[in-house]
Amino acid sequence: MGLIKYISGIFKGVWSLLQGMAVTSSYFVRPWTIVTQQYPENRKGNKRGRSKKKLEMFERFRGELVMPHSENNEHKCSACGICEMNCPNGTIEVISKMEVNEEGKKKRALDKYVYHLGMCTFCGLCVKACPSGAICFSQNFEHAVFNRAKLNKILNNEGSKLLKGVE
Amino acid sequence: MEFSIYDFTSFTKSLDKLLNENMSSFWATSIEMLLIGVGILAFYALVGLFLVYAERKVCAFIQNRVGPNRVGPYGIIQTIADLFKLLMKELIPIKNADKLLFNIAPFIVIIASFLAIAAIPFAKGLHAIDFNIGIFYVIAVSSMGVIGVLLAGWSSNNKYSLIGAMRSGAQIVSYELSVGLSLITMVIFAGSMQFSVIVEAQRDGWFLFRGHIPAIIAFVVYLIACTAETNRGPFDLAEAESELTAGYHVEYSGIKFAFFFLAEYMNMFIVASIAATVFLGGWMPLHVGGFSGFNHVMDFIPPFFWYIGKTFFIIFIMMLFKWTFPRLRIDQLLTLEWKYLLPINLVNVVLMALIVLNGWHF
Ligand code: SF4
Ligand code: SF4
Repeated sequence: MGLIKYISGIFKGVWSLLQGMAVTSSYFVRPWTIVTQQYPENRKGNKRGRSKKKLEMFERFRGELVMPHSENNEHKCSACGICEMNCPNGTIEVISKMEVNEEGKKKRALDKYVYHLGMCTFCGLCVKACPSGAICFSQNFEHAVFNRAKLNKILNNEGSKLLKGVE
Repeated sequence: MEFSIYDFTSFTKSLDKLLNENMSSFWATSIEMLLIGVGILAFYALVGLFLVYAERKVCAFIQNRVGPNRVGPYGIIQTIADLFKLLMKELIPIKNADKLLFNIAPFIVIIASFLAIAAIPFAKGLHAIDFNIGIFYVIAVSSMGVIGVLLAGWSSNNKYSLIGAMRSGAQIVSYELSVGLSLITMVIFAGSMQFSVIVEAQRDGWFLFRGHIPAIIAFVVYLIACTAETNRGPFDLAEAESELTAGYHVEYSGIKFAFFFLAEYMNMFIVASIAATVFLGGWMPLHVGGFSGFNHVMDFIPPFFWYIGKTFFIIFIMMLFKWTFPRLRIDQLLTLEWKYLLPINLVNVVLMALIVLNGWHF
């Protein structure tokens, strides 16, 4: 009985080892299963190396904070400052100004939306907190610059206005 | 001086004659030894560099990675760059180490593998020494490497290297037995220990096929045991990066570390060439008894390429072992050897003897 167990144990062991080797050698002969992306080459999707895919970041990737503008240079930020209060790092500075609208009422409007990329931890709280959905993340991740001052960005465009209908 | 890529015998003979005609036999022998030494040294360095590169590429492809691909096309210059890096690194002196043994140890390891390579037939006539006890000689000198490993671990005065060296010693000594016994199985079949006779006997078919069941068992056992003997994964618990940092060579730096590293890869090359020679016919082309046309086509490929191809096939299998299986524990390692490989081997020797006595082989 013991001998049968011993011998069948050998065959079972050898079989499971062979299964493992079949998996690894099947990967070896299928180079197209390589998952590594070759970074500087795949930016433009050119054909160096074995992975030829163009680099595409996935949608939920938090690259940097941006404020999307419409074709008429309108954004949705009402300068409420909720994002600034929610940011744990003091990354955002909402600088507002007072404007008189068509009805003659004084109203707060966005002057400068300052974003210090160097202090951002990409937690996403600002985007979540914004009541009007004015800010979002872009997929750009190549942030390296030679001067720290270049990391301070102003997100609203020159002369941009609040989109009609956003309060 | 005639030269043929299919048969080096006449080339070496005429070189020998030329030297003996022009000088005394002492000088002729010295020059021949020097030539062979330099030739083997160059071969050694080249193969070592290539094997490191090949291993990195093979393991990368197995793991769905790309591997080195920045230095040179497909990264082929990577290992040369690594070599220069190692050469230029500082040799750190260890304060409380046993200086003499610490410095000798890498040389013992590398000399052991150097001695073994001399007895391996690379092609017809391309064979440094053709001992009539060739296999015995190779087993003997390759087991000298363990002394270097033990000395390195002991003289470093470091507990990790000592543990690594002890593990390595236990492992090499016990698996040596299986390597020896599986080779003895084939010696029984071949009836000789001389490499040239063994290769010549495989003219009409490799021993792996002619010796059928016992030869295949011996081949598998040899592959497992020689992977363990060369301290490679899954039997690399002597250097177990995650537990012992690097095992016996943890205190070595620069070129001395490179010696251990190179010796490890060369040992792999040596055991693979012995496997290729004893089981797969060495430099002998693939011949199937009876098909003379097929045999003739196979003869067209130079023997040296047959030898290299078979050796690298075995090396590939060993790399596949390393990158497929998880590392064994020390008790599992010794169980595998003493409870499985050794009894199987002993039964296999008897089986082979029976088959040879009764002529039940091809
Ligand atoms: S992602 Fe987080 S850290 Fe960055 S600006 Fe928004 S709230 Fe601040
Ligand atoms: S981005 Fe959103 S939360 Fe921040 S100030 Fe503008 S509207 Fe308010």
